[in-house]
Amino acid sequence: MRILVIEDDLEAQRYLVQGLKESGHVVDDAGDGETGLSLALSRPYDVAIVDRMLPKLDGLKLVAGMREHGNSTPVLFLSALSEVDDRVKGLKAGGDDYLTKPYAFVELLARVDALMRRRSPVGIKTRLDVGDLELDLLSRAAKRSGTDIELQPREFRLLEYLMRHAGQVVTRTMLLESVWEYHFDPQTNVIDVHISRLRAKIDKGFEAPLLHTVRGAGYMIRAH
Amino acid sequence: MRTKPGLLQTQAFRIVLVYVVLFAISVTALLFFTYWNTRRTLDDQTDQIIEAEITGLREEYQHFGLPGLVETVRARTLHQGQALYMLSDNRHHVLAGNLAFWPQVSEMGSVVEFDYERPVDGKLEARRARGRVLLVPGDFMLLVSQDVHDRYLTERMFTTTLPWTVLLILLLGTAGGALIGRNMLRRLDAINRTSGEIIAGDLTRRVPLAGSGDEFDALAENLNRMLDRIERLMKGMREVTDSVAHDLRTPLNRLRNRLEESVARLNASGAQAGEIERAIAETDQLIATFNALLLIAETDAGTTRAAMSPLDLGEVAADVTELYEPLADEKKISLSLLPGPPAGVEANRSLVAQALANLVDNAIKYTPAGGQVRIATAVRDAGVDLSVSDTGPGIPLADRPRVTERFVRLEASRSSPGTGLGLSLVAAVAHYHGAELVLEDNVPTGLKAVLRFPKTAMRALPGAPLKSAAE
Repeated sequence: MRILVIEDDLEAQRYLVQGLKESGHVVDDAGDGETGLSLALSRPYDVAIVDRMLPKLDGLKLVAGMREHGNSTPVLFLSALSEVDDRVKGLKAGGDDYLTKPYAFVELLARVDALMRRRSPVGIKTRLDVGDLELDLLSRAAKRSGTDIELQPREFRLLEYLMRHAGQVVTRTMLLESVWEYHFDPQTNVIDVHISRLRAKIDKGFEAPLLHTVRGAGYMIRAH
Repeated sequence: MRTKPGLLQTQAFRIVLVYVVLFAISVTALLFFTYWNTRRTLDDQTDQIIEAEITGLREEYQHFGLPGLVETVRARTLHQGQALYMLSDNRHHVLAGNLAFWPQVSEMGSVVEFDYERPVDGKLEARRARGRVLLVPGDFMLLVSQDVHDRYLTERMFTTTLPWTVLLILLLGTAGGALIGRNMLRRLDAINRTSGEIIAGDLTRRVPLAGSGDEFDALAENLNRMLDRIERLMKGMREVTDSVAHDLRTPLNRLRNRLEESVARLNASGAQAGEIERAIAETDQLIATFNALLLIAETDAGTTRAAMSPLDLGEVAADVTELYEPLADEKKISLSLLPGPPAGVEANRSLVAQALANLVDNAIKYTPAGGQVRIATAVRDAGVDLSVSDTGPGIPLADRPRVTERFVRLEASRSSPGTGLGLSLVAAVAHYHGAELVLEDNVPTGLKAVLRFPKTAMRALPGAPLKSAAE
């Protein structure tokens, strides 16, 4: 996958580029807004990672410029600014996700993967499958090996999100943001408890677990 | 903002009214004094004339006896004038004089006033006179008097016009007061409206000037200058927060990156890798504290422009209850949401949810297994309450004002994890919304933390709640 990194802090840029390359991506980089915009418009990328504050052309204006030219590459904003109203500004300017510095690399990688997945055309799915686990999005019913699983509405949304990102690492923050629509860190990690409840419902009594904990990162649902 | 004062409640109107009443009273007093003085002077003059007449007549009588007196009275009454005389015997048989009848005079000797009639243009006219009746030896009576009808008319005019004058003063004064009051009210209204908009978050608003250069314009100019200064300070503060955020986050980011890189290069199971992972965890704790501090600073100072919209506190309470229910369950604590009516307030969902989450988090952290944590909303006359009550150890009364200060952690809680910023953030969020964080005793035991939103924050909720349909 091709990724464009636009970041003026060279140390952070080097680290990002190296990390993404090690994860198997092809990476281009730019150190200022103008170079970044011309790169973004001249080559196709699967994801652009854009720092919020850039020399020559501000991150918000850069993304607004991309959108004006009909470029729909998913954008992940990185920001060292304070959060409350800045996230909204970033998303309004055409960003698809927003991550505050300092971030964990696994968090960034998980979000980049999610953005790429979002881009690949899936059509409108009415059913999600992972191994022998099925989720019917219309009747809102879950089954594993033909056995019905009773889910609370929030558990359903949690499982749906995990299954839409099957095979990908999903972080706790991503779950909190997508399933609960909260953009803050609860003092205690409440997500873990929700996951263990869900795990008890879908994996208990089955030989092969589907819902895995990825150490230091988050969770992943996958067959085998 | 307080409700708008009516005209009658304005200070200007009240002051003018008091002045008008005082003015009316003093005008009445002054007029009465003048009237009384004038009348006394006029009466004195009349009385002196009468005395002089009497002295003259007495001399006539002493020299020439009764015929001389009759002669003199007749001579003096040949021409109609101010002087009025009557000389009669004891059967009221008139010997001389210029009155048609002997008037009704009850008292002898002293000066009295009486009415008499006199022909004017062929008609009889009732007039007023002032004089004395004297006894003349031989059982005769002599009336010596002066016509005071003009004075009488003036007096009558005075007594009939005075109440009207006072009434006119009161009416004009009240109307003037109302006019001044309304004008003041209009000017103050403009100032109040602007302040309201500024409190609501629009710092760019300024008080309009009337251009007359009066004291209200001076006040408005001063207010505007103050607002300019506040706006500059707020802007400066926002810039400082932004650059502090930027200048600290960038090196923290590099630090974390380097630590991550090091751990990736090392054997994941090695002791060194474990050390570095602990360092990463410490860094994350540092970042969390920094983020919380920044958020508190921004919300407390109101420099953030977190979007506000009508929000059902009951819905937020239900969401947070749902988020924490498994955690409470795991700790064998019963977490429940008490049903309440829809409670709409103007608020930022994320901030209110975070504040409530902090309160619930605390309650679950400090409540022993088997305890209860209750979340409730209540609509009161004075506003809306969002409360979290627990059956934990509570907070001693003396410590309550302290716990919302930054980094304050009570002895009892030092062993448990936390930044010591949780309640500070709740208090800051409350402050940002014009609400108040109240810590009370829960009945029978534990703590009840209440977010008390004022009546002014209350909002009607748009349409029916969409919640259940979406889930």
